[in-house]
Amino acid sequence: MSSIVSVQTLNKTYDGGFRALKDVSLDIRDGEVLALLGPNGAGKTTLISIICGITTATSGKVSVGGHDTIGEYRAARALIGLVPQEINLEPFETVMNTVMFSRGLFGKGRDDAYIERVLRQLSLWDKRDAQTKELSGGMKRRVLIAKALAHEPRVLFLDEPTAGVDVELRREMWETMRDLKSHGVTIILTTHYIEEAELMADRIGIMAGGEIRLVREKAELMAELGRKQLVIELSTNVEKVPEALSGYDLSVGRDGSEIVYHYDSRRDRTGITKLLNDLQAAGLQMRDVRTEQSSLEDIFVDLTQGDAR
Amino acid sequence: MNLTAIQAIYVFEMKRTFRTLLQSVVAPVMSTSLYFVVFGAAIGSRIDQVEGVSYGAFIVPGLIMLTVLTQSVTNAAFGIYFPKFIGTIYELLSAPASFAEITAGYVLAAATKSFAIGLIILVTAFFFVDLEIRHPVWMMAFLMLTCLSFSLLGFIIGIWARNFEQLQLVPLLVLQPLIFLGGAFYSVSMLPDAWQAVTYLNPVVYLVSGFRWSFYGLADVPVLISLLAIVGFSGLCIATIGWIFKTGWRIRD
Ligand SMILES: Nc1ncnc2c1ncn2[C@@H]1O[C@H](COP(=O)(O)OP(=O)(O)OP(=O)(O)O)[C@@H](O)[C@H]1O
Ligand SMILES: [Mg+2]
Repeated sequence: MSSIVSVQTLNKTYDGGFRALKDVSLDIRDGEVLALLGPNGAGKTTLISIICGITTATSGKVSVGGHDTIGEYRAARALIGLVPQEINLEPFETVMNTVMFSRGLFGKGRDDAYIERVLRQLSLWDKRDAQTKELSGGMKRRVLIAKALAHEPRVLFLDEPTAGVDVELRREMWETMRDLKSHGVTIILTTHYIEEAELMADRIGIMAGGEIRLVREKAELMAELGRKQLVIELSTNVEKVPEALSGYDLSVGRDGSEIVYHYDSRRDRTGITKLLNDLQAAGLQMRDVRTEQSSLEDIFVDLTQGDAR
Repeated sequence: MNLTAIQAIYVFEMKRTFRTLLQSVVAPVMSTSLYFVVFGAAIGSRIDQVEGVSYGAFIVPGLIMLTVLTQSVTNAAFGIYFPKFIGTIYELLSAPASFAEITAGYVLAAATKSFAIGLIILVTAFFFVDLEIRHPVWMMAFLMLTCLSFSLLGFIIGIWARNFEQLQLVPLLVLQPLIFLGGAFYSVSMLPDAWQAVTYLNPVVYLVSGFRWSFYGLADVPVLISLLAIVGFSGLCIATIGWIFKTGWRIRD
C-alpha cells in the first residue's frame, strides 16, 4: 500500500519555547485506520494541526496525496477532513447551514443529496434546521463530523471523536468509520480508549513526549499481546534448559531458579499439561507456578512512563 | 481560484446579517435621525449656509460617512473576530482557500451590509432636508470604496483584537475622533490655519471631502486626491492582511 500522508522529521516549538514535537516521521497508508494513542500533552493534536494547516511547523515536511502541505496547500487540504478535539460551532447557525458552508469553503459545489446522506448517516437529519446551540454534546460532535465529511475528503482526522459520547452512539460512530473505510477513506483517530484502538485500527501508533514511540500493525501487536508466559519456580537451580525439554519454547530466568515457558494463550492446546509432566520426568522439582501476560496497556504504560503530563 | 469558498463565506455572513436585520438597520437609522434633528434642525437653524449649501444638507454626506465607516469597521471586525473567539477559525485555516479568498468573503459581506445601511440613511435624509446629488455615479463609487476600504481595516482589527474590549475600543477611541475631526460637521476651511494643516493628516478628511463633492461639488481637497487616498488606504490594508496570513500573526500558532 502506498502512503497518503507522509510526515518527515517534523518539529514544533511553541512560542513559549515548549517543544511539542521532536523529529516526528510517520507514513500513513492509503485506506488504513491508524489509531494514535498517547497521554495528555503527547503532541497528538499538534501533529494533526500541522498536517491540516492550522499550526505552522518549526521545521520538517508534510505531504498529503503527494502534495506538499505548504507549497501545494490547495491540493493537499482539499483531500483532508478534520474533526477537531474541541467542539467549535457557531451557536446560532442551523446544522444545515454550517454543513453547507463547510462544503463550499472546501471548493465543492452544492450537492443536496450527498449532504442529506451524510446527515442521515449521522442521525442528524431530523435536526437539520436546529441551531447548533440547541444540540446535546454528542450531537454537536456529530455535526463536526458532518462538517468534516461535507466535502468528501479522502483522509479524515478524528481527534478524540468519541470523548463524551454515550455507548450506543459510540457504536454508531464506529459503524460510520467502518463505512467510510470501506469507501476507501483513510482515517487517523486519536483516542484515550485502548479498546477503541483495538477495535477500529489497522495500525496503532503510540506518542509520548512529542515523539512517536511505536507504530505497529495491530494484528502483530495483538499477537504479541496474546503471548503468555508460564513461570515455573524451581527448588534447585539449573544452568540451562534440560536436553529432554528442547522441544518447548523455554528459557531460563532468575539465575536458573526459574524456567519460563512462552505460549499462545489463544490456542486450543497450550501444551501446559504435557510440559509439566515432562518437567517432572526430567527430574526437576517445582516450587511454584504462575502465569504472566502483557496487555496493550502494559506496552502503553511501558512506552509512555516518565513523561511529564 | 476558489470562488466557491468566497461565495460560501459571503452567503454565510449575509445569512447572519439577515437574521439580525432589524438591529443592524434600526440602530444606525435612528442615531442618524437624531443627528439630523439636533445638528440639522436645532443648531442648523442658527447657522448660515456653508458655502452656499444649507447646514442641514451640508452635513448629510458627513453623517452617512460617519455611519458607514463605523459600520464597516465593526461589521468586518466582528465577522472575523467571532470565528476566532469561538474557535471555528480552524476550518478557515484548514480550507483550501487563500488569504485573499477568505478576506474577500468576509470583507465583501461586511461592505455589502454597510453599503446598504449607507443607502438607507441617504433615503432617510430626504425626509429631513432638501438634497441634491450632482454626481450620483461618483457618489456611489465613493460610498462603495469607503465601505470596502474600511471593511478591510475592520478585518485587520478583528484579527488583532484579543478580547471584546479591544474589539470595541478601536472604533470608539480611534475612529470616532477621526470622523468627528474629519470635516463631517464643518468645512475644513472654517478652521484656523494651523489646525487645517493637522487635519490633512486625517484620512477621513479625504473621504468626506470627496463624498461631499459628489453631492454639492464642494471639496476641501481635490477629488482626485480623495480618490487616491482611498485607494492607497485600501492597498495598505490589503498588504497588511497579506502579511498577517503569511506570518499567521494572531491566528496561527
Ligand atoms: N498553542 C500552544 N501554545 C503553547 N503550547 C501548546 C499549545 N498547544 C499545545 N501546547 C503544548 O504542546 C503539548 C502537546 O499538546 P497537544 O495538544 O498536541 O497534546 P495532545 O497529545 O493532543 O493531548 P490531549 O490528549 O490532552 O489532547 C502540550 O504540552 C501543550 O501544553
Ligand atoms: Mg489533543
